[in-house]
Amino acid sequence: MSRLKRAAGRVRAFFNKPALDAEVEAELALHLEMAIEDNIAHGLSPGEARRLALVSIGGMEQAKDKHREARGLMKLDILLQDLKYTFRTLGRDPGFTIVAVLILAIGIGANIAVFSVVNTLMLRPLPFPNAHQLVWIAPPPTKCGLSCATYSTDAYDEFRVHTRSYQDVTGYFAFSSPGNLALSMGRAPIPATSIDVIANFFQVLGVQPAMGRAFTREDGLNGAAPVVLLTDAWWKRQFGADPNIVGKAFDMNGKQTTVIGVLPRTFDFGAVFSPGTKVDAITPLNLYGPPRDWGNIITLIGRLRPGITIAQARGDAEAAAPYMCWNNKQPKSCGQYKGAVVPVPLKDYVSGRLRRALVVLWCAVGMILLIACVNLSNLLLARAAARSKEFAMRGALGASRARIVRQLLTESLVLSGAGAVFGLILAVILVSWLAHQGAIALPLLSTLRIDGAALAWTLLVALSAAILFGLVPGLRMAGGNLHESLKDSGLGSGQSRKHQRTRSVLVVSEVALACMLLVGAGLLLRSFMHVLDVDLGFEPDRAAAVKVEYDDSAPNEAASIQKRTAIFQQILARVSAIPGVEAAGISDYLPLGGNRAWGTPWPKGIKQPDNLAGPLVYVVTPGYLRAMGTRLRGRDFTWDDGPKSENVIMIDQAFAHFLAAYAHWPNDDAVGQTLSQGGPDMRIVGVVDDVHEESVEGETGWQIYYPATQQSPSSAELVMRTTLPPAVLASSVLRTLRDLNPKQPAAEFRPIQMLVDHANSPRRFFMFLVASFASLGLLLAALGIYGVISYSVTRQTQEIGVRMALGATAGHVQRQVLSGTLRLAIIGVVLGAVASLATAKLIASLLFATSPWDAATYIAMAIALLAVAAVSGYIPARRASRINPTVALRAN
Amino acid sequence: MKPSKIDILQGTLDLMVLQTLAALGPLHGYGIARRIEQVSGNEVLLNQGTIYASLVRLEQRGWISSTWGTSDNNRKAKFYTITAAGRRQLVDDTRYWERLTSVMDRVFAMKPGDGADPA
Repeated sequence: MSRLKRAAGRVRAFFNKPALDAEVEAELALHLEMAIEDNIAHGLSPGEARRLALVSIGGMEQAKDKHREARGLMKLDILLQDLKYTFRTLGRDPGFTIVAVLILAIGIGANIAVFSVVNTLMLRPLPFPNAHQLVWIAPPPTKCGLSCATYSTDAYDEFRVHTRSYQDVTGYFAFSSPGNLALSMGRAPIPATSIDVIANFFQVLGVQPAMGRAFTREDGLNGAAPVVLLTDAWWKRQFGADPNIVGKAFDMNGKQTTVIGVLPRTFDFGAVFSPGTKVDAITPLNLYGPPRDWGNIITLIGRLRPGITIAQARGDAEAAAPYMCWNNKQPKSCGQYKGAVVPVPLKDYVSGRLRRALVVLWCAVGMILLIACVNLSNLLLARAAARSKEFAMRGALGASRARIVRQLLTESLVLSGAGAVFGLILAVILVSWLAHQGAIALPLLSTLRIDGAALAWTLLVALSAAILFGLVPGLRMAGGNLHESLKDSGLGSGQSRKHQRTRSVLVVSEVALACMLLVGAGLLLRSFMHVLDVDLGFEPDRAAAVKVEYDDSAPNEAASIQKRTAIFQQILARVSAIPGVEAAGISDYLPLGGNRAWGTPWPKGIKQPDNLAGPLVYVVTPGYLRAMGTRLRGRDFTWDDGPKSENVIMIDQAFAHFLAAYAHWPNDDAVGQTLSQGGPDMRIVGVVDDVHEESVEGETGWQIYYPATQQSPSSAELVMRTTLPPAVLASSVLRTLRDLNPKQPAAEFRPIQMLVDHANSPRRFFMFLVASFASLGLLLAALGIYGVISYSVTRQTQEIGVRMALGATAGHVQRQVLSGTLRLAIIGVVLGAVASLATAKLIASLLFATSPWDAATYIAMAIALLAVAAVSGYIPARRASRINPTVALRAN
Repeated sequence: MKPSKIDILQGTLDLMVLQTLAALGPLHGYGIARRIEQVSGNEVLLNQGTIYASLVRLEQRGWISSTWGTSDNNRKAKFYTITAAGRRQLVDDTRYWERLTSVMDRVFAMKPGDGADPA
């Protein structure tokens, strides 16, 4: 109780200093007076009386100090004094202060921003309650695309029945394509993207709609009234955030569909499951309708029971796999999922691949901070050298060494605090910019924000930075010999020579760090160039795609094909007639987007090997390959390849090569041979270049092309090759499409290059960041070199003057300074290169077709670094060579 | 040479001040310091100035209170008075002090050979 009172009293006293000081002053004055009077009464002379009174008090100032110490917050008092002094000294040297704070702001800001990215993608749990219980259930990676990464609805049911470790299992339809929902509100239909999910999707994820209700089992049954859940973003954008939207019905894909709820702002389907894409609405998947016979169509997501480990869940799934059938009506298909039902933590699925890249990014940005700290250390050392006399004076006047170190650390803290504040502002700008980069195919990017963890990280970074860059100069200063400093003329003797050595060590380490960053960035850059050089199997520039709406519904398949053929022929004829369009064709899937497989057609009479990954299937019209710029041997489909003529296909080279070798076809040639898959024979009329269908960097599975005049496409992407920039044609193409079909939505006109860029966006993103950090590192290193050399030239002005007076030429002096600079740089580069060689393995997995020990990169980076060092040393060298001996000698 | 004065143990000055105020009623700083010196027969080494630190500590704890008044020779002086809480604290402290001294007495009463077990 009394302790609390005392603390309160101390705080009060701290804020009431002048009044309390006056009071104790008055008390002490009275005390002195009375003591003197008493002493005089005892017969002492007035002088002696006063002396003795002062002795018995034991010093007025000490008494006051003791009083202050007892009543107030002494430590805080000292801190305030230090702060006041710090602000004064920093204010006197605005150039230094601005540079220091700027360097720190950049270093700290970059760190906060990268931490936010790392935190969002790697450290923070997914934005679902008890997210650690969620698992992604999929087969190990195969070459046959999405069809081999998904399950049939029958398999889903069996999995649910035969497992015990899961609270529940859900999934979504994996083959939805962008713009698959047409919303009609009067004028032209508005394209949107919806995903079909199993009715229990939101229960399993633990997501509550912000308004209305989630799906119920009944919503996913045959004959259920069409319902939809809107995402927060679409509700705001398309429906003006109508608070009474729940219960209203709209025309979606021609059906009156009731909005039953709006999803919370925090739920972003694309951010988690399909990075870089935008999902507007969620609709229920009818498990017991037509999708029943569509084969592998759904991805599985499970929620584990509490306490179940991933190993248990895996064992459980493995045990259930033999019961799962591709189609329950085909007993032969049962058990084909054996070894292909593997749960992994959902978080690993979402961002596991990025872990290494994120760690590298984190290290890179950490190195930037280190370089910034080294640079600042250097600046502070230079200042400290200039201030050594000030500190010696303070020491002589009674300041303890601890007090001086405390003062220096206070300065560091103030600098890093200011750096942190500006860095935070920088990071907020950077992070909010990143959060709106929808085109970067990185998961969870839209949920990026500066949160409590980021603020805590800021504090930690700022503190450790202050200690890092403040400690070396602090110890150097406080550890120095005071007398030495007072005598030291400041130029060319004892103390400053020691400083110069420390500074050289700092510069060397800075150059080494910058070298490591540069090598890393160089390797990533080279990888990126290799990625851009990859022969994709199509030519992305000057080609564009647009999603086409068509209606081929008919009582039977033959009539449907006929109707569709007519529509496609008309569209292609009209579009091709548009000036600037060179070629046009239609495919149902585009490269680097979705895909599917239908099993493997095979030559008759030859046994098919087990576990063959089926080719990816594309249903295309004549002209599609030409529009994409894909080369072909043999012939393209024609409009004459109809339902009544021979069935024809085209396959890619890899598949053709495999078949030719396996079936011993003459001349290793597949053209003209036939394959079958239960139905009639299919003649291979063309062999097509291998197309990178799934990723730019990875290997892609085989491909097979069916004519849209013989097989049913799942949708239609109109692809055009143009002589003009594709964007110019957008409006005329859309007008033509609208002419032919008033129901055609205002679909997005997508350059094919955009698809490639989208696929490359994560690599581009990481490379861009690492490259900017490397340039920053280079800049800071250059600054550091310049600082040190420039300082040493100033220090040696006299010496240089003497040498020039003795006959040294300007060129000689210049060469000497430059060689000093290069010596530091070379040591740094050698150390950095060795460190890079030792650690290059860490980024090996991030490289593409580039060795982590790529000699060209190392040499190029070393040359770049040395060139920059030479330039930053040249400026002071020139100054040195212009020293006028007479002036220099007279100066001191 | 006369024996040097006793250094005041940490914390005992506060107790002396409290006891002085309890026994003699309101006093100013100089009065308290003089009283302590007189009672100790000038045996303690008291930096009179430290009295004021002690007074501010005691006041912040609520054990004494202060008012400005007039001294014997008509000068404005700050007078300190012990509070009820101060008296309670003084009782506690006195009891503690007595226990400590009795323990110390017994410790010093030990003689060589006392360590032998009586049994």
